[in-house]
Parts: sequence; C-alpha cells; structure tokens
Amino acid sequence: MDMKVAKKKLGLKEKYRTMTRDLGWEPSYHSKDELFPYVGYEGIKIHDWDKWEDPFRLTMDAYWKYQAEKERKFYAIIDAHAQNNGHLNLTDARYLSALKIFLQAISPGEYAAHRGFARVGREFPGVGPQVACQMQAIDEIRHAQTQVHAMSNYNRYYNGFHAFADQRDRIWYTSVARSFFDDSMSAGPFEFMIAIGFSFEYVLTNLLFVPFMSGAAYNGDMATVTFGFSAQSDEARHMTLGLEVIKFILEQDPDNLPIVQNWIDKWFWRGFRVLGLVSTMMDYMLPKRVMSWREAWEIYGVENGGALFKDLARYGITPPKGWDDAGKAIDHMSHQFMLGLYQWSFGTAFHAWIPSDDDMRWLSAKYPDTFDTYYRPRWEHIKKMAAAGTPFKNYGLAKLCQTCQLPCVFTEPDDPTLTCHRETDYKEHKYHFCSDGCQHVFENEPEKYIQAWLPMPQLFQDPVNGDLGEWMKWVSLLDGKDNGDYADSEDKKNFEVWRGLATTNQ
Amino acid sequence: MSTVFIALQANEETRPIIEAIEIDNPAAVVNRQPAMVKIDAEGSLVIRKATIEEQLGRSFDLQELHINLITLTGHVEEDDDSLTLSWNS
Repeated sequence: MDMKVAKKKLGLKEKYRTMTRDLGWEPSYHSKDELFPYVGYEGIKIHDWDKWEDPFRLTMDAYWKYQAEKERKFYAIIDAHAQNNGHLNLTDARYLSALKIFLQAISPGEYAAHRGFARVGREFPGVGPQVACQMQAIDEIRHAQTQVHAMSNYNRYYNGFHAFADQRDRIWYTSVARSFFDDSMSAGPFEFMIAIGFSFEYVLTNLLFVPFMSGAAYNGDMATVTFGFSAQSDEARHMTLGLEVIKFILEQDPDNLPIVQNWIDKWFWRGFRVLGLVSTMMDYMLPKRVMSWREAWEIYGVENGGALFKDLARYGITPPKGWDDAGKAIDHMSHQFMLGLYQWSFGTAFHAWIPSDDDMRWLSAKYPDTFDTYYRPRWEHIKKMAAAGTPFKNYGLAKLCQTCQLPCVFTEPDDPTLTCHRETDYKEHKYHFCSDGCQHVFENEPEKYIQAWLPMPQLFQDPVNGDLGEWMKWVSLLDGKDNGDYADSEDKKNFEVWRGLATTNQ
Repeated sequence: MSTVFIALQANEETRPIIEAIEIDNPAAVVNRQPAMVKIDAEGSLVIRKATIEEQLGRSFDLQELHINLITLTGHVEEDDDSLTLSWNS
C-alpha cells in the first residue's frame, strides 16, 4: 500500500520569490532603456530594483483566492439589501447626499487610480513593483465597479444617482477630485506612486474610508458598509505598498530626497483639499454622527501622520509644508464648505440643508472655539431668510482656485474673519488660488496648471453659453429633483411615505 | 513611542483573531466600534498564527487576515508564523 506523502509546501518567502521575482527576465531584443522609457526623466535614481520588498509577500494565486472570497461576501450582502428594502433602514434620507457625492466624485477616482496603476506597473523595471501595481490596478477597478453596483440600488428610488458619469466630467464640484487624479496620472511614474500610493493612500485614505464606513454603519446603510469594507480590505495592502515605495526610493540614492519631499508637500496639500468634502459629511450630512471631523483628524492625521513622519525623519523627510495650515483649518473647513454647498445648492446633484437646532448644539459642543463665534450666527441668519420665504441662494459664480478647483471659500490660516485669496501673474494672465499651498503647487509647474479645465469658464462656451437651464441639461441635472434644499425635496417626501408604508398597514 | 494599530471588521471570523491579539499583546487597547474593532499598541504589535489557531480550533493561514482587514499602520514584517507592525522611532 502506498503511503501518501504530504507535498512540501513552500514557505511564504520562498513562494514569493518563486512566483514573483522569477517572473522577470532580462530583455535581449531591446535595451532596458527602450522598454522602460519614462523611468528616468523625473530624476529619481534607482540602482537595484531587487531591493524592493513586498512586506505582505502576496502572490497572484493567493490574491485571486482572497479577492474571490471578498466578492462573494460582498454580493451576498448586496443581494440581501436589495431583497429586503434595505434603503428604508436608513436613519434619514439626508444621509444620501453623502453617498451621491461619493458616487459622483470618489468612485470615478477609483477608476482613475486603476488606470494609473495599470500604467505605472508597465513602466517600472522591477518585478516586485510590477506585480504589486498590477494587483492594485485590479483592486481599483473592482472598487469602482462594486461601488457603482451597490449604489445602483438607491438609484431605483432616489434622485441624484442617475448621471454620475456625465457629472464626473461636467459638473463643477466633481472637477476637484477629477483634477486631482488627472494631475497624478499625467505625472511621471514615481510621482504617481508618491501622489496616490503614499500621500493619498497612506497619509489620507483612513480619513476618507474609515469614517465613511462607520458613518454608513451608524446610519443603517448596509450596502455602503459592505462596499466600504470590501474596498478597505484592499487599502491596507495599498497603504503598505505606499510606505514601501517611499522607503525604497529614499534608500536607493540620497539625491532622491529633495524630489520626494517636494512631491510629499504637493500631494499632501492636493489630497487635503479633496478630502475636505469628507468634513461636511462627518459634521453635517450624517443624520447619526460618528465623530467630528476634528476628532477624526486627531486620530488619523495628528496621531498617525505624526508617527509616520517621525519615523521617516531618519531619511531626512520632514512633515509636508502645508501640515500646519491644515491643522489651523480643521476647526473651520466643514462649516465653510457646508455654507458654500447650501448657497450653491441649485447647482448640485445632491441636497444641502440648514442644520437643525439639535445639529447646531452638537456642532457647538464639537467646535467650542469656532462654531458659536463664526458659524452659528450665519446659519441663524440663513434660517430666518428661509422662514421669511426668501431663502439665501447665491447665483453668482464662485471664483475657483486654479490648482484644487474648489471655490475660494476658505479663510486665512490665522484670521477666520478674512477670506484667503492669492494670485499669480503668469504669461499675461492672472490666476487665483484658495491658499498658499495651492499657489506653491501652481508656481512649481505653471505650464501644467494653466491647461486645467475649469468648470466656470466652460459655462460661457458652447454648448452652454452662459444659460443656466442649458447648463443643467448639459450636466444632466434635473432641476427641482436632484438639487436644492433637502427640506423641499422629493427624496424627503418619498422616504417618509415609503417608510410609513413599511411600518404601518395603511 | 508612537502608536501602531490594526482595524478589523467585527464579525464571527475575526472574533478569535482579536482574542489572539489580546493574548499576545496584553498592553494593547481594543476599541470596539460599530462594525469594526481597532486595536492600538505602543511601539509594536504582533499577530501570531499559533495563537489564532488555538482560539479558532483549526489551521489558519495568516494571509486570511486580508479578507477582514480594514486598515493598519506602521512597518509590516510578515512570515509564515507571525505578522508584526512597528515604528522605528
């Protein structure tokens, strides 16, 4: 009788070496320079690609196995959500504004990240980063698809979900996230990795996903908890890749330090501006709040970011240039943003609203140094205007920052009563900025940013030609349905009726 | 020392993993939040395969952690038997 001999399994390190490093080869038909033409022009010097370490040592076979399991878990819950009228379990339909912003601005960003990683995976000469970037490229397209799929369940019942692809390209506020990703994708491969892999994934992504998922969990949105968790299980790997990239580049050559530091300064500030929208979600849009933006910043910004930069100090890296200005903005930004979203709500494919007395009590408690002094009086005034039948609407066009593309609604870092505005003259034109950070980014690469597509100048070109109704058609915004104050919306009316039907026998 | 952390989804699969982390890192602080558990530790945190297997009652591949992982921080050092998170300063 034959004895069954157990096959010796490869250890993790051996398996990684066999199934990753051994996939590479030395080219013989073409030179390496011809094969990887973009790897040198940014000035980053790499002497030995084999020094690249993937701390998780994930190989492609294990990757497919675990990703398949994540998908199965995801679809089991999405099906249950759809089959059980999951949308009626929400705390309140106000919550959906956060989801609409996510679908219009963030999910297309996942798709952009997919394209970016597919590209840099091709452009790096080392096998380690090629495999890691390939996995991340597949992760990112999975995120875009599962998010669109999960939120399509809400599109059956609520407004504002129907035209996210048009709105990604055309509506004004999504250009903030779009320009961020376009900026990274049109940079060189190393800058892309520092932009998305390190600055966005490692330094800032916790501030986006962790509160967003917890927010969904607190507010009864099973679909979003599920896509959030499914995506986030990949993020830990992305973050580890981001940290690995920066260590690898810095250890390869001391000349790389100033280039990398400059990218960290730039991409921290770009990312901080994009994620500012999350602050409105945490402080205003969640009917049942998780923690304030200030509290999230303390945990994931100050504490975690502080530990990271302390650790990287051994390479000579210093905290990003805008770090202190970011800290000063924390107690103000969600209020300044939300006041902007409210006054321009005729032009947004989601609803804004005036915070209730309860909401304002919470905001006072969370922002004791700023809310009652600077923001409550404005909301109280706006509330009076709405009660008098003359709601405050700003039909003027916002002045946009040439770099981050947000309206210039922020105040000076050291004076919350003075609007922050910077300008630079370049080649006979004047360019406007919301902050020192954005002005610095422009002045380092003016030829790049003067080409930026900005939604406000587009308003005066074909096919819109300055007509608001034509603009709404062009951005697929249904006036009176998708936009305006939540208090007067179809979403509010329908949610209340449907919830009533679900909990009574009428 | 700086703090490292790991956050896992709160579900039946992670319950024994979290118990194992508590056994191996007695000084770690476990924060239970809706749908997620975040574990903070000063300086470093270790996750051991053998301890998880004892809690779980079956064999466990450390890479299964990926399925329920939400986020982590610090440098990652992983081999067949353990995964360690740490900061150098």
